[in-house]
Amino acid sequence: MDLTKIASLGLSVGIFCFVVWLVRERRLREKYALLWLCTSVFVILLTVSRRILEVAALSIGIYYPPSLLFLVGVLFLLLVAVGHSVTLSRLSESNHNLAQEVALLRKQVEDLREQQKVQKQ
Amino acid sequence: MRILAIIPAYNEARNITAVIEDLKSFRGDILVVNDGSTDDTAAVAKSLGAHVVSHPFNLGIGGTVQTGLRYAYEHGYDMAIQFDGDGQHRGDQVFKILELVQKGEADLVIGSRTLPGGYKMGITRFIGSRIFHCLIRCLAGKAIHDPTSGFRCYGKKTIRLFSRFYTDDYPEVESIITAARNGLRVVEVPVLMRGRLSGHSSITRRKSAYYMLKVTLAMVVDAMRGRDLVGES
Repeated sequence: MDLTKIASLGLSVGIFCFVVWLVRERRLREKYALLWLCTSVFVILLTVSRRILEVAALSIGIYYPPSLLFLVGVLFLLLVAVGHSVTLSRLSESNHNLAQEVALLRKQVEDLREQQKVQKQ
Repeated sequence: MRILAIIPAYNEARNITAVIEDLKSFRGDILVVNDGSTDDTAAVAKSLGAHVVSHPFNLGIGGTVQTGLRYAYEHGYDMAIQFDGDGQHRGDQVFKILELVQKGEADLVIGSRTLPGGYKMGITRFIGSRIFHCLIRCLAGKAIHDPTSGFRCYGKKTIRLFSRFYTDDYPEVESIITAARNGLRVVEVPVLMRGRLSGHSSITRRKSAYYMLKVTLAMVVDAMRGRDLVGES
């Protein structure tokens, strides 16, 4: 094993453990953790066997295997980012609805209290 | 007919008294929607006998107007008018935007400054309005000369539609497309307006490029949607 291999293996195992730790601390939901765990397993596989990358790259006509890695990596991150924007939009929509609901309910409570006061008198 | 005047207000404690006074001759209920103000807008409005709904935090003008429309919908109002909290709109002009909705001839009426009998607007706003005017004509086949005006009257169908679908930021222009797309009758009438009492426009020059882009995108995408079918049962 050469030094690069050891370093990248250490890094990917480190990421794997970090994600598991985040879930354990309840700072990351399992739903999102799954994505990152799969990613780190994928990276570990690539580190262990360079053949996988070489075969995959050559079979689709890429002669410099690492560029396939970059391509896949960039596309993957792009999709994740778009996915996060979608989640963010959904969350801000529900946040917006909740704020309105709270405001309207509070008004209703105030009106009811007022009514009660009048009835008591 | 029960009518609700919706006054969206964000830190308008200095203007709100004059605005509510201005609506003295208005026959209907007044609702001030306080969009997370840090001053005592809500308290001042309440002391003047207006209904007040307060957001827990700032939602922006779209969310504020929508809260008012949701209130109108939940309380079964037949019509609602939007009357800005900064003093630009005039109480003596309200009857002009009410008329067509009251007669059942329109579902959304926009009080316009640019039709004959209106006033002159700044050059930047004029150019922006022209661009939107053309876009609305392309997308909805309607000629609206002052699409950014917030002096509006909503009929019952419009209240129902907008209480469900209304954009947070810069909603005025887009909402015209939404209404037209859903087969509502949008009409523009000339009104008089004032310069603002205090404060300044929320759209600065730096923001206006973003404003144009955002609104254009929202309009084009909105025109691509189908009918919304809100409570048509």
